[in-house]
Amino acid sequence: MFSYCTDPETLSGLSWLSCYLTTGKHMSFYWSFGTVLLLLAITAPAALLFGFGGASAARSRIAPVCWLGKGYIAVVRGVPDIAFFLFFVIALDQGFEYLRHQWMCPDWDQPIRQGNDFIVCAQAKLPLSTSPQIWHEIYGFFLAVLTFAIVFGAFAANVLYGAMRAVPQPQLETAAAYGMTPRQTFWRILVPQMWVYALPGLGNLWMVLIKATPLLFLLGVEDIVYWARELGGTKTARFTDYPHGDWRMWYFGALLIFYLLFTRVSEIFLDRTMKKLTHGQATMGGEAQRKAAA
Amino acid sequence: MSCWETIADYGLRSIGVGERLLPRSDFTLCQQVVLIGSGMIWNVYFGALALASGFFLATALAMGKAARSWPIRKLSEWVIFVFRGSPLFIQFFFAYFLFLSLKNVVPFFTPLTSAWAGALVVLFLNTAAYSGEIFYGALLSVPKGETEAADAYGFSGWKKFRKITWPTMLRLAWPAYTNEAIFLFHATTLVFFSGFPAQGQQGDALYYASYFADKTFNPFVPYPILATYFIILTLLIVGLFGLVNRRLNRHLPQDQRRRMKLRPNLLR
Repeated sequence: MFSYCTDPETLSGLSWLSCYLTTGKHMSFYWSFGTVLLLLAITAPAALLFGFGGASAARSRIAPVCWLGKGYIAVVRGVPDIAFFLFFVIALDQGFEYLRHQWMCPDWDQPIRQGNDFIVCAQAKLPLSTSPQIWHEIYGFFLAVLTFAIVFGAFAANVLYGAMRAVPQPQLETAAAYGMTPRQTFWRILVPQMWVYALPGLGNLWMVLIKATPLLFLLGVEDIVYWARELGGTKTARFTDYPHGDWRMWYFGALLIFYLLFTRVSEIFLDRTMKKLTHGQATMGGEAQRKAAA
Repeated sequence: MSCWETIADYGLRSIGVGERLLPRSDFTLCQQVVLIGSGMIWNVYFGALALASGFFLATALAMGKAARSWPIRKLSEWVIFVFRGSPLFIQFFFAYFLFLSLKNVVPFFTPLTSAWAGALVVLFLNTAAYSGEIFYGALLSVPKGETEAADAYGFSGWKKFRKITWPTMLRLAWPAYTNEAIFLFHATTLVFFSGFPAQGQQGDALYYASYFADKTFNPFVPYPILATYFIILTLLIVGLFGLVNRRLNRHLPQDQRRRMKLRPNLLR
């Protein structure tokens, strides 16, 4: 990157380090932090959407919809989450390919599962085997996002379901007394009021989501864990201009610090938001604030 | 090959007893159930030992966080923050590579580079931090009247802690601690995906489940089997902790006993 980096063998000390830390591979490593942030930025709203759907379904008066919502919430209980991640990535991929296969190759007569293989026609492959590498990466990332959204959507559904039940019942009864339909009550009374009750739980969920991001590695995305392993491993002079021993400990130490800082910053930010939102609310938090000020 | 033979061959495969080669083709349902179940030995091993040992450190951390002395308080706060504020996955990776580097300097660390000891240490510290925070919260909500009554009866120091503060703290913390225990058992599935090698393909339940999913390219059989095992394990933990909860609450009148309310679990 710097002009003096052209001949790494002559470098030493800090200048060596500055050149080492700015190699092309390290730049990919830094970009992968962007991947993690991008995942968070996409997954958080998507999971909230899934959660909202799940919570509304669980409240539904139509029995099958209610079961579906409650089942979705309950299914994340009792099973290790990492199993969900590993399961959904393959299951979603096969599901998409199966649907495309049904649609694109209706006259395919062989079974799709042949022994230990999952075979669909060439046009149904996702992404197509002829498409460039970038599409494979984007598809992998998309699957990861969808998996995260489904798993965290269930958590969010649980939080929102609780928040919906925390809205004082008289509010809803009053709405009914004024002649609002259930749909109107839901959108005009329940939904605007539930957020205050949901925020502590959602904040907690955000922290959990941050801590789940290294699992991207298990889903086959080239994320920070992948690069830390790659870059930290022993490098001999034959293959690189910057030979070094096993530095993976340092790379993972750096990741540890990154996550600690991220958690701390989120904590402070969420605390401030919560303080702002509880201001003037008829809750214990709001009452405590009022007393402190007086 | 009948299912009984499979059980004899693979029932203890995860601890190196029985048939050495894993099945390579023509996987039967029986093989999957038995091997994944055999892997559960490791999950139970990690979970039970980490929980049992972590309990004591957790109590110490909770007391430390509530201590008056500044260095003790800060130390406990930092331990809790570091282990609760970072992903367990990264902690496993970091610890594994740390032990690898230390091994070259001090041979004492050699066993810690294998999963049975190294991962156990990480899980021990991790669960101690999480439960420490739970215990600290419970410690703060021990009713003032109880400690005052203890003072009035002449209890002090260790005796007061052992007879009054600690049982009440445990009683208040128990429902949350049950959740923590469930979490911990789920977290044990991360061990063999985070650097620690599965020597001779002796892994935990998820290790075998993903082995089958990779080989058969069909996730719809091994993962539900794994899920079933974990649901059974979760029910066992809930039952066991419920018994302890009953004992902790036995002095309270019937209507004041708090029902165990289990909250849904999240990743750590």
